[in-house]
Formats: sequence, C-alpha cells, structure tokens
Amino acid sequence: MTHSAGDSPREFGPDLAEVFGPSQRDGGPDLVQLLTPEGERVHHPEFEVDLSAEELLGLYRDMVLVRRLDTEATALQRHGELGIWAQLLGQEAAQIGAGRALRRQDHVFPTYREHGVAWCKGIDPLDLLGLFRGVDQGAWDPAEFGFGLYTIVIGAQTLHATGYAMAMQRDGVVGTGEPDRDAAVLAHFGDGASSQGDVNEAFIFAASYNAPVVFFCQNNQWAISEPIERQTRIPLYQRALGFGFPGVRVDGNDVIATYAVTKAALQRARDGQGPTLVEAYTYRMGAHTTTDDPTRYRLSEDVENWKLKDPIARVTAYLRRMGLADEQYFTDLAAEADDLGARLREGCKALPDPRYIEGFDHVYAEQTDELVAQKAAYQAYTDSFENDQTGAAR
Amino acid sequence: MSRITLAKGLNAGLRKAMEDDPKVLLMGEDVGKLGGVFRITDGLQKDFGEDRVIDSPLAESGIVGTAVGMALRGYRPVIEIQFDGFVYPAYDQIVCQVAKMHYRSRGRSPMPMVIRIPFGGGIGAVEHHSESPEAQFAHTPGLKVVSCSNPVDGYWMIQQAIACDDPVIFLEPKRQYHADKADLDETATPAPLFTSRTVRAGTDATLVGYGPTVKTCLRAAEAAEDSSLEVIDLRTLSPLDLGPVYDSVRRTGRLVVVHEAHVNLGMGAEVAARVTEECFYSLEAPVLRVGAPDTPYPPSRVEEEYLPDLDRVLDAVDRALEY
Repeated sequence: MTHSAGDSPREFGPDLAEVFGPSQRDGGPDLVQLLTPEGERVHHPEFEVDLSAEELLGLYRDMVLVRRLDTEATALQRHGELGIWAQLLGQEAAQIGAGRALRRQDHVFPTYREHGVAWCKGIDPLDLLGLFRGVDQGAWDPAEFGFGLYTIVIGAQTLHATGYAMAMQRDGVVGTGEPDRDAAVLAHFGDGASSQGDVNEAFIFAASYNAPVVFFCQNNQWAISEPIERQTRIPLYQRALGFGFPGVRVDGNDVIATYAVTKAALQRARDGQGPTLVEAYTYRMGAHTTTDDPTRYRLSEDVENWKLKDPIARVTAYLRRMGLADEQYFTDLAAEADDLGARLREGCKALPDPRYIEGFDHVYAEQTDELVAQKAAYQAYTDSFENDQTGAAR
Repeated sequence: MSRITLAKGLNAGLRKAMEDDPKVLLMGEDVGKLGGVFRITDGLQKDFGEDRVIDSPLAESGIVGTAVGMALRGYRPVIEIQFDGFVYPAYDQIVCQVAKMHYRSRGRSPMPMVIRIPFGGGIGAVEHHSESPEAQFAHTPGLKVVSCSNPVDGYWMIQQAIACDDPVIFLEPKRQYHADKADLDETATPAPLFTSRTVRAGTDATLVGYGPTVKTCLRAAEAAEDSSLEVIDLRTLSPLDLGPVYDSVRRTGRLVVVHEAHVNLGMGAEVAARVTEECFYSLEAPVLRVGAPDTPYPPSRVEEEYLPDLDRVLDAVDRALEY
C-alpha cells in the first residue's frame, strides 16, 4: 500500500502474508542450502565446504544414531522409564551440523533438546536421560565437556553464553590467530525463545561487547502449540541486523549447509569479529515433548510436506547416488544403532535413584550450619522409622 | 587507621578485593566512568581498566545472566543493581539460575558472585528507589544474603562476600552511604561474614535490626530512659546466625525485631518463629515486630511515617515490657 493522505491508514512494516506466505514456505530466497531435499549437491557463493567422503559419512552416522537415541528415549517414556522426553526428531541435521562445527575449546549452552549437540561433544547419551528420568538435573561436568547443563527456563542460557564469551575475551583466547587457542561459544535456543527478554538482552550485550558467540536458533516452527507467526513479524535471521550483527538463515534439515554456516560463524567469532545469528530453518516432526499432542493445533498435511525434506533421507539418497556407501555400510550402521538402543534401554532402567539426603550437601559450596542441622534432623527422622520395630518402616 | 563513610568503606573494600584477585570483575549500570550513581565504584575503572570494571547495557537480567557465564568460566563477578526496585527484571536469573547452579550441578559449577543492592528508604526518592526485598532472596535456597550497617563492616563484609564461593546478595543501606564516619583499622581481623553481632549490651529487652535499622535501634536504646536495651546487628539474613539472639533473649525475655521491609512474612517473622522454638520458656512477652504495614512504599514526603523510627521501636519495647 502506498502512502495516502486519505482515509486509509498507512501501513508500516512487512506484509505478514509475504513473510509467512508461499514464497517463504521453503525458507525463502535467502535460505542457505548445499544439499537439496532430493539429495542433490548444490553450491552457494558465500558458504562452501569441502567435505571428504569420510567426513560426510561421519555426519550421516551421527544423525542416524541420534535419531535412534531419540526414538529409544521416546519409547522409554512410553514404557514409564522416563517422566518426559523432549524429542529432536527432524532436527538431527541442525544439531549435528552445528555440533560438528565446534572445536574442542568451544563451549556450548544448550536448551533441553540439544541431544545431538551433546552427542558431538562426547557426552554419554545415557547421561542425557537422567534429567528426564528424574534421577539428576544434569549428569555431566560442563567444564570437562564444554557443554553446559540443559536449561529449562526458555532463553536464560543465551545470557550465560554471552557472559561466558565475554570471559573468553578476558582470558585472551579470542582473535590471537592460533587455531588451537581461539575459542567461541555456541548458544542454542528456539523460535519461541526469540520472544524472551533474555534472548534479546543477550543479543544486545553480545553486540555491545563484540562477544565471540554464535546464537544458533533452531526455528522448528512451533513453540509447543504456537506457530512462528505468533513470535515474529519478520524472518528471525533478519532481526540480527537490528542488533548490529549478521544473521543467516540456513536449511536446518541440510547437515552440510548447517555445518558450513556454523563453522564460518564460529570462526568469525573466534577471530574476534563478534556475534552471528544463525537461524536453522527446520521443523519439529514430533511433539514438543511426550506430554504434548500436536494433532490439536497443526495440520498433518504440513507434517507430511516436511517429511519430504527429511534430513537423513536426503543424505542417504546422495550417498547412494554418488556411490559413497555400499549396502554393507548401511547394514552395519543399522546394527550399530540397534546396539545403542539396547544399551540405552538397559542403561536407563539401571540408572539408580539419587538419595535425597545427599542434596543437603550440594546447595552451597560453603556449607551452612542451618543445612547441617536440617540434614541431621531429616536423618534422625528417617532413622526413627528404620528403628521402629512395629512395622512402620519405610 | 582512617576515618571513612560507608561509601568509602565499600569502595576501599572493592579495591582491595580487586587487587587481591585478578578474577574479580565489577559490572553494572554507570559503575565505570561515573563511579556508580552513589559513587561506590568511584575511581576503580580508571585504575583497573574497562575489562574489569564494566559499564553494562541497561538490562538487569542481562547483567546477572552474563555474570553467570563469567562465573562459569572462573571469574568472580561483583555486580551492582542500581536500586533495589530495579532487581526484579533479574529475579528469574537470580532465583532460577544463580541460586540453583551449584545444587543442580552437584557442586561442579559453583557461582561465586556478589549482587550488590543499595536498599531501603529515607532518601526522598521517587518510587522503586526505596524498597527492601531481602526476604524474597532469603527465602531462596542457594543464595546467601547479608547486610552491612556501618562503614567498617562495609569494608570487610564486601571483601568476605567476594571471597565466598557462593552467590551473595549484598544489601547496602543506601541512606547510610554518606552519613556517619567511623575509624577503620585495615590491620584488624574481621568477624566471619555469616555472623551476627551484639552492638550494645542491655538487660531488659533485646532489639534486633540489620542494615539501616541498626542505627534506629541504637538510637532507641540510647533514648530509652527507664530500661536497658540490648541491640543485635543480624548482619547475615541467610544463613541466619541467631545464637547471640537466643543468648540475649534468655537473659532479657523480650525481643523486638525491626526492619523497613513489610512485617508480613518478613525476616522478623522467621526470627520470631525460631526464637519461639529455642527460647519458649525464657520469653516474658510475645516477640514483636516493627516494620512496614502492607502498603507499597509511599510518596517520599510521607516516607518517615512509613519507616520504623525511634518512637515506633520504643512503643514496641513498652508493649513488650508491659505485657
């Protein structure tokens, strides 16, 4: 609509039908893609990556195995072995592409769904189940693995990531030119989190201090039941410019493109050139979590359309077409996935319950007399049942 | 030996902590060139540089959230929330993230962080500048909460809070910043941080305060003509150190707790409950509380009616003595 001095109101900002309409349905014209849904290798003028067959097979294996991890965990929840599970189905390429772009010295701040990135950082997948089984609140050492504990409060971790990146600047591990020294932070969040104040504040702090952090948004189109249209009027990657740093939209179902774009963004951060927003355009094929019922709010037709863009199937097609893997490879990988599944099933059931009383010792680094007394009182109370000979023991 | 105000004591304490440990960083709004709106960080950016004294964007959740990241990488951030009423945007980061990190990581990720908050009223400010949110933090496991009441404590307690490996909410009575002076002996050995202190001996009733109300209690004790009042400065609100309070109440049999915060579910309620549990047979009267009614902080022209003063404290003492 053009400016008018008449009765009709002036319109500002983009037309929503344009932003979310048919022309954008596949990610729009700015989508960085290196492998089409049909498994055809294409090229991009800015983001190119030269993957060896071995490297590509590595990414493929990662995706197959984390999908199995996800499938097993979902099943374990249905069997009552997990209280809840946040599925990554459909987001394997986004997570493996990003995770494999990391260097050892880089640090990750995940949401609660980054099972694939955790896998890349070497965390035992069994350790991912503890939070969802209710036996712990994060089993791994963030400092040892360079991978923070899962964060439930939406977007809170993006500020931690930014502060961590600011600390890296003070440690002199940014922009030195030494590949094994320069480091960056990868901050994960989703399309829903992009509405949170914390995420926007993280953008502002990171831009202001030129912090070495890559904001990696998996836009899976849904924040539980709310579609992306409820969170934004413009494509998310375009928001970055308003904060003063570049934003890129990558095909989040394309592991090669995600790897290439994240790798470039991380290197930019390590070199001291500041933050980047990477919007991995993908789709949550499963429910938000195992408690959710997406049939109440979205069309099966959409899900069917996205099935055609499956992140694993397109690599399978490419590998077969190029003759990079034979049948034996696929058979062996399937067997490996079966082994992982079996290990997860048995391991999950064997995860021991924690002892509540031990928690008294973890509230503070420097224990307080108050908690010592409360712990002793709790112990005495429980002991009173064990010493009770009348049968009231617990 | 030097004669200092609370503002100077805090400034000198921060300086000492930064000299002693290169991992100590200061961050907040206007803490750099300006030295903070109360000048508590005056001159520190000039001497320690912009990397260690960081002027932040105006976003409290951002300040606390980024400080979490710094602490995770081994730094000891000391952050300034400009006014008590501005801490609420950071409430989620403080309560959900800072307070729980050590527990949920089972000790792997300590949070050595100090969150300095100028608190309390009496400076004639506009709304949101005179609040007393201490109970909300003391109610949260994983945080430690302290309040200094005088210049010498300011000097020592800020250093001790920074050295503590746990997150400490550090409440500074802003009304006292530039009020009284005291002699500081830098060679003295300070009392441990998480301890309360008897600041005036007495025999007839016990007054307990912290932060700005310690002075109110002392003035009340001096003004009391017919009775001898003991005054205890709590200093630490979480954990509480009530040993000296129990000892005192066992002798006096009467206790009045004084704070600027709302009486309802305030620190005084917890002190009263614990004293009742520990000193039930020593009490000659119910534990009384002097603090704010359940109204928000009023316009400043009438704030003296809202804040506990000498008369209200002595009125409570009279009621306790006459019970």
